[in-house]
Amino acid sequence: MNYVIIGNSVAAVGAIRGIRGVDEKGNITVISRERHIAYGRPLISYLLGGLITEKRMAYLPEEFYEKNRVNLLLDAEVVGVDSARKQVKLAAGDSIGFDKLLVATGGDPFVPPIEGLAGKERIFTFTTWDDAEKLKAIAADVERVVVIGGGLIGLKAAEGLHLLGKKITIVELADRILSAAFDRPAGRVVAKKMKANGIDVITEDTVVRIEGDGARISGVTLKSGDYIPCDTVVAAIGVRPAAGFLKGSKVDVNRGIVVNNSMETSVKGIYAAGDVAEASDFFSGQKNPMPIWPDAYIQGDVAGTAMAGGEKAYVGGLAMNSIELFKVSTISMGITNPVEPKEYEIVTYQDLENYQYRKIVLQDNRLVGAVLVGQVDRAGIFSGLIREKVDVTPFKEHLLAPDFGFIHLTKEIRNTLFAPYGKVA
Amino acid sequence: MKRIYTIEDACIGCHLCEVGCITEHSQSKDPVRAFLHEQVRPLSRCTVEEGDGGVISLSTTCRHCDEPDCLRACISGAIQKNDAGVVRIDTEQCVGCWSCVMACPYGAVQRNLTKKKANKCDLCPDRKSPACVDACPNRALVYKEGSQK
Repeated sequence: MNYVIIGNSVAAVGAIRGIRGVDEKGNITVISRERHIAYGRPLISYLLGGLITEKRMAYLPEEFYEKNRVNLLLDAEVVGVDSARKQVKLAAGDSIGFDKLLVATGGDPFVPPIEGLAGKERIFTFTTWDDAEKLKAIAADVERVVVIGGGLIGLKAAEGLHLLGKKITIVELADRILSAAFDRPAGRVVAKKMKANGIDVITEDTVVRIEGDGARISGVTLKSGDYIPCDTVVAAIGVRPAAGFLKGSKVDVNRGIVVNNSMETSVKGIYAAGDVAEASDFFSGQKNPMPIWPDAYIQGDVAGTAMAGGEKAYVGGLAMNSIELFKVSTISMGITNPVEPKEYEIVTYQDLENYQYRKIVLQDNRLVGAVLVGQVDRAGIFSGLIREKVDVTPFKEHLLAPDFGFIHLTKEIRNTLFAPYGKVA
Repeated sequence: MKRIYTIEDACIGCHLCEVGCITEHSQSKDPVRAFLHEQVRPLSRCTVEEGDGGVISLSTTCRHCDEPDCLRACISGAIQKNDAGVVRIDTEQCVGCWSCVMACPYGAVQRNLTKKKANKCDLCPDRKSPACVDACPNRALVYKEGSQK
């Protein structure tokens, strides 16, 4: 059996382990357009900010590829997939055959067509190790940076650059930063902390023109008419599934590559996992791209297991993020900001002065979402309650307690989890 | 593999499992030195919870899951499961992002805020049975073979 995996990040790693859990013998080939072995992609802001060295970028123990007998093709780009002949075509011209194929190519940063952008030198995206290296290489010469987009990527780029002593302005179209994961109060807590650290956060506005002569940037003009002087721009609007090379392959691509609960695409034998895939959502069952690190691992594991003939069903993507910005810890998970709040029961605790905030979102006495700012210890207990759809009625009044724990749950649950005769025994 | 289990009804909330854990992971491996004289006292990797004024108590700790949520959430690869099944954290590699804290449904990963490193049970690699189990005076903690999650 020949397994080919396109992409070499966390979903690919989950898939390699998934395959090897079922099939010890088959050939695994991993093709990556990047020149690095698997690295902790979210660590690029730590690398940029000088918090870690290159040595710590490696995501896997050194012997991983050898131990799992993976044939690794780095710096090789796939330009096409021939589903009928079961081959992938490489940019260099050669083709590689497969029995089972996994597409785990992640996302490509999206740079909007802004006036004045063409020909400017210092426009950066921030999703790869090489992006961080490029920014680092010119950092000594950078003074003021405008970051377009106040999502996770934008904020992490801002944090890395701030650590290098740069003056940063974040411009976000929504009414708050991290609008995908946070509600208003949580966004405000973090924005307040960023402002206290000298980072300007402008919301409900966007960059309409990049100013400057030739390749040099002198500033940006916003929709509101404001002008912000800067010499460097980081575009962090978002990513799009990196599935362009599937054109003509008959693989169904919507906003992402559409997959079923085994991560198989519309073409038999071809699978997709991670940020490039559009899999079902934990709550609604609807298909959504879910660019979440742990989820990419799980999807990779499900795909790899299925490719090797094993059985493991995907239970649906559950969004969760742990983000520490300027020493304020935040963890959010599930439905944090329901569109129809009336259908949910929402309880909160706020102490904004001390950067503390807790929000619990319930639906029919089941926990469906949580936001924790500041005190985030044991947040995973909430993710367990969400995944297991536990009825919280007996301990509802304790959910906001800072020391919320298993003691507040029922004895039955405690015994299931920890007793010598429980489910793990 | 062998895992640590808790018999809630036998727990008297004495916290000696935590003392045993801290001592085992201290420099001197001596309780008095660890608690009074060592500059950096380790965090306990097991957590005793008490309720109803101490009427209910139990010690909770890592399950060393076969499909560990902490490992899947770890962005730096610091968390790995070794061949014996022990889920361990490489403190050097950890960047303190708390993704494992977010993911672990057992609440079994602690935040060491001084070192900015995650902290979890390693099943005491230098001992025959874990220090918490040996420290429990009531045999409320059991170290025995268990099946997968």
